[in-house]
Amino acid sequence: MSTQMKQKDASIPTIPLNARISRWFGRNLIRIYALFGFTYLFIPVAYTFAFSFNDSGKSNLVWKGFTLDNWKNPCGAPEVCEALGNSIKIGLLATIFSTILGTMIAFAIGRYAFKGRSSSNLLIFLPMATPEIVLGASLLSLFLVFQINPGFWPTVIAHVMFCISFVVVTVKARIASLDPRLEQAAMDLYANELETFRKVTLPLVAPGIAGAALLAFSLSFDDFIITNFNSGTLKTFPEFVYTSAARGIPAQANVIGSAMFFLALFIVIAGQFVGKKVKVAK
Amino acid sequence: MSAIVSKVKLPYLLLLPGFLFLFTFFILPIANLAQTSTQTPIAGGDTGQYEQTLRFSNYIDAFTENQEQFARSFIYALFATVLALAIAYPLAYAIAFKAGKFKNFLLVLVVAPFLVSFLLRTVAWKQILGEEGFVVPTLRTIGLISESTTLTSTSFAVVMGMTYNFLPFMTLPLYASLERIDPRTMEASGDLYANGITTFRKVTLPLSMPGVVAGTLLTFIPAAGDYVNAAILGSPNTKMLGNVIESRYFKIVDYPTAAALSFTLMAAILILVTLYIRKAGTEELV
Repeated sequence: MSTQMKQKDASIPTIPLNARISRWFGRNLIRIYALFGFTYLFIPVAYTFAFSFNDSGKSNLVWKGFTLDNWKNPCGAPEVCEALGNSIKIGLLATIFSTILGTMIAFAIGRYAFKGRSSSNLLIFLPMATPEIVLGASLLSLFLVFQINPGFWPTVIAHVMFCISFVVVTVKARIASLDPRLEQAAMDLYANELETFRKVTLPLVAPGIAGAALLAFSLSFDDFIITNFNSGTLKTFPEFVYTSAARGIPAQANVIGSAMFFLALFIVIAGQFVGKKVKVAK
Repeated sequence: MSAIVSKVKLPYLLLLPGFLFLFTFFILPIANLAQTSTQTPIAGGDTGQYEQTLRFSNYIDAFTENQEQFARSFIYALFATVLALAIAYPLAYAIAFKAGKFKNFLLVLVVAPFLVSFLLRTVAWKQILGEEGFVVPTLRTIGLISESTTLTSTSFAVVMGMTYNFLPFMTLPLYASLERIDPRTMEASGDLYANGITTFRKVTLPLSMPGVVAGTLLTFIPAAGDYVNAAILGSPNTKMLGNVIESRYFKIVDYPTAAALSFTLMAAILILVTLYIRKAGTEELV
């Protein structure tokens, strides 16, 4: 150490060691901070994953030993898979309806100048700015007025309602980034409007629609507050976790949560990869 | 298509189904909620039966009865928003300017934790911060907290849970606005003899203001209306307005109070948001 110091002393003006250390910290402070940030982000994920291997019995609170049983038998705990099934069914239906309705609105707002366009934008923004509890409670009140019992379809309706705005925003962003010359070129080559839409516009907007659908599904799948108001006796996966939280959730819920995490991560990374390939091909 | 539908009508036709849906299941329910908020119980009726009497003092009653929870909602949401900003800004900054080719990968990492169910993550925090978790014994051994101090069932746990759960809503808009900044503007500032802090204060921060405004709003609004974190990580002493609305609906079947509270919450949020946007909009350019 001391010889190294001496060598450096000879070539460059002396910088005391502590000054160099503080300089290194200064330069890398933001990176160190980011590292702490990521650690914070991943602590509960690591915890959830680790406890999916816990040989816990009914309440998954304390580490009791490693086992693969939970992964081999994810439906082992009562109600888990029924709740998961409900969430997937509701998620798929909500995704289909909200993507269709939202994409149509996005095309209208994104492509046309018409009277009432800015108030249309406001109507899309409002559900996103309203607290979930107000959305859930108000919808439940309406169902009660019309004597509709909360349950499967009211939940689907509630999910479509809060997903539409997110679909519109996502698809609209994609439409805004389109090059209008591509459609003009199609028209110049004697394609009529419908053909241009089908062969040029729609394929170009498709990635935006796919992204919006994924977003809608994940919002619907993970929603608790609005669902809790409108699902009645039906239990979705988040509701299952909520109600069993008091006595400790079964390890199978951790298995499902972890599996969803890896599945979604895979889709996101695959999506980026495909996106890159498309860009390169261009 | 153009032969049958004139171009003027096309956008309206595209809007029609979606807007009919939003009208029926968003506007109408809100209007109905307003109507519910001034009802009173029917004399001699069953629990849950109410009639319209235009009793506006429902609002005053609801507010005075739940002042504490009301204040808590906004204080917790404020703390969670400030904390989330403090955590997310450096994170977004590092990804935007220091990550090089790992930019996209790190961005995926920021979103990844939120692919695990929101409730599972909150329950995980409860167990991590609980008596059997590793945090409390460690802190006790170091002597940072006393033997009798617990972390769960405290305001600290609720605020921390909210900060964590709404973090991506803060990080993503911040990243989007930081990423758009031309690094040459920062270089120029350095060339003009500004030090790092001055460059940040006069160049980077003002240019990232749209992200700060969007991020803080997207965090504050859901945080103020949240009740899940308070229910899982808190105690009866940390109840927020959301918990009151929920229990008025399901346990007490007091729809008018729940409706009045919902409206008060919505109005308070809208007023705060409008004031905030105005202030942020004028001061960011100074």
